[in-house]
Amino acid sequence: MISRAACIGCEQCVAVCPTDAIAMQEGVAVIAVEKCTGCGKCVPACPTDAVTMTGREEEAVSARAEEAGASAEARGLAPPEVWVFIEHADGRPAPVSWELLGKGEDLSRDLGGRLCGVLLGHQVSDLTAECFAYGAARVYVIDDPVLAHYRTQAYVEGMVRLCEKHRPAIMILGATTLGRDLAGAVATRLRTGLTADCTGLSIDPESKLLEQTRPAYGGNIMATILCQQRRPQMATVRPRVMSLPARDGTRTGEVVRAELGLREEEVLTRVLEHVQLGEGEELRIEDAGILISGGRGCGGPEGFKLLQDLAEVIGGAVSGSRATVDQGWIEHARQVGQTGKTVRPKLYVACGISGAIQHLVGMQTADFIVAINRDPKAPIFGVADIGIVGDVAEVVPALTRACKARLPAGEGSQR
Amino acid sequence: MLNIVTCIKQVPDTTQVHIDPETNTLIREGIPAIINPFDLHAIEAAVRLKERYGGMCTVLSMGIPQAAEALQKALSFGADRAVLLSDRALVGSDTLATSAALAAAIRALDKERPVDLVLCGKQTIDGDTAQVGPGIATRLGFSQVTYVGKIESVDLEGRRLRARRILEGAEEVVEAPLPALLTVVKEIGEPRYAALPAVIKGLRTPVPVWGIADIALDPTEVGLAGSPTQVRRIFAPTPREGGDVLTADPGNPDRVAHEVLNRMLAAGALEGQ
Repeated sequence: MISRAACIGCEQCVAVCPTDAIAMQEGVAVIAVEKCTGCGKCVPACPTDAVTMTGREEEAVSARAEEAGASAEARGLAPPEVWVFIEHADGRPAPVSWELLGKGEDLSRDLGGRLCGVLLGHQVSDLTAECFAYGAARVYVIDDPVLAHYRTQAYVEGMVRLCEKHRPAIMILGATTLGRDLAGAVATRLRTGLTADCTGLSIDPESKLLEQTRPAYGGNIMATILCQQRRPQMATVRPRVMSLPARDGTRTGEVVRAELGLREEEVLTRVLEHVQLGEGEELRIEDAGILISGGRGCGGPEGFKLLQDLAEVIGGAVSGSRATVDQGWIEHARQVGQTGKTVRPKLYVACGISGAIQHLVGMQTADFIVAINRDPKAPIFGVADIGIVGDVAEVVPALTRACKARLPAGEGSQR
Repeated sequence: MLNIVTCIKQVPDTTQVHIDPETNTLIREGIPAIINPFDLHAIEAAVRLKERYGGMCTVLSMGIPQAAEALQKALSFGADRAVLLSDRALVGSDTLATSAALAAAIRALDKERPVDLVLCGKQTIDGDTAQVGPGIATRLGFSQVTYVGKIESVDLEGRRLRARRILEGAEEVVEAPLPALLTVVKEIGEPRYAALPAVIKGLRTPVPVWGIADIALDPTEVGLAGSPTQVRRIFAPTPREGGDVLTADPGNPDRVAHEVLNRMLAAGALEGQ
């Protein structure tokens, strides 16, 4: 609503309105309620505070959302679709894809829509069955030799084609290197909004918009973001943030095939070499469910041997703070912290780590944190669920003995 | 001779950014501004390429007038020229709008002299999105190579480069045509220290400021109007509280060890292992 008295006819609200819902009539701005989406951009744009949000705009938004969502099928329109990009490496699916199907199920239910997987690759038909098992009602497939190995240009082309043809309401991808390489380019091609690294996704019951919650400023702030106008509303989500849904091998669904429309000669990038590292060896720290992490208090590389012993018994991987990497006690790939990696394991055991903020930002969202440190005032105790004041060289082997004695044998399996 | 543009962003030192719990607003005053750490690596990569192949490097940043300081610092690390894109119309830009602005600035630079390579850090430490690099590449039609840990070679004649990407649990070497946009990770090289004369020279070099009119940028593509995403609200993350702190008996750590194991089991921290 715009107050006639306060409006000075500067037209700034007209300029910012994304749906051209505001027009000048007799020198003052007037809002066409049926076009208003309630985004609120006009409110701060007004230099005289003449614009306010009233229930009328919000009601109109709700009414349209209901029409669009709930009665879509009744009006013979297709239900809104929630798409999940099914990531795989040479036929091996990335677990994040199933996690996102699980979250996608919630979103499509709340939206009154249909959950779909999107599968690009070559000879990937086997994966469609898995998509159905994890909850997809439909899978869009582009199976083409040009897609045999991920290349930005080819995958972007395929995704954009599918989105332009089928117009999903929502599309979510894993926030992996592949997902983030792909999502940014696709969102730009489609001129739509993309929110990275979401830790929360939900459908606002009134507006039916996707509410995307994510950390910013290194995790010191949480932000909830909306993409009001453009479609699809895109988001990436990190692995292990959403839980794995139940798998039901008896479920089936519909496969919709599409053509890529791109020849190999038209794809200008070649992959010359692709080397999987550490196959069958130790887990990457970002993927480990349990991390035994060492800081300066470990004293040296020998201290890390104790951590390795515990890791083997308990089924985890070893990581370290920046100080230990700088000292050369452990390699950079295992560094946790602001300038290293951010990890979200089920269990993080911090041994001889003081808990400086630059380290905390890399691990403070772990499900359960154990801290061992000689200094009772170490900041790490402020975030640990259980802390021990003691010497790492004594306590860690004691913990290893306790786990060996009480945990079932064969704990060395690492997820 | 390579014509390189390196995009940098001035960001707050994010370890200190937080929310005032009473007003629920961002506290940014008094927090030092730094060059986004990944962008320092991009500058270093650009300077090394210059040393290897010859050419020049322009550093470009979109920001408030204060961001000129970051650009002057970049000059002291070896960049040849700096440009600040700053305009009130850019306020409130999300990543889509930001990539529109930076792409337009790079097109303007390209008109002066064709750009072979754009280098960006993989992501910023404030937005943490990693989206602007791919956005710029897409808009310019440049090939896009992300998570580059090493630029293996640049073939100026053949107009292509080879880059090693650092992925999760894998490395891959790709060959991509020029012009290309690369986003780089730390493995690409440690930023050098700037010698004092270079620092002084940097501080004394004025940084030209471009507005959206200078680069033929449509105002509806930037700022709030050009941003499909908007922040509905910000809030402080639920602070984690410390639990019990036990003390190990000197010489007999087994007692606390068993107690800790009890707690881990009770919390389900060892499930599935």
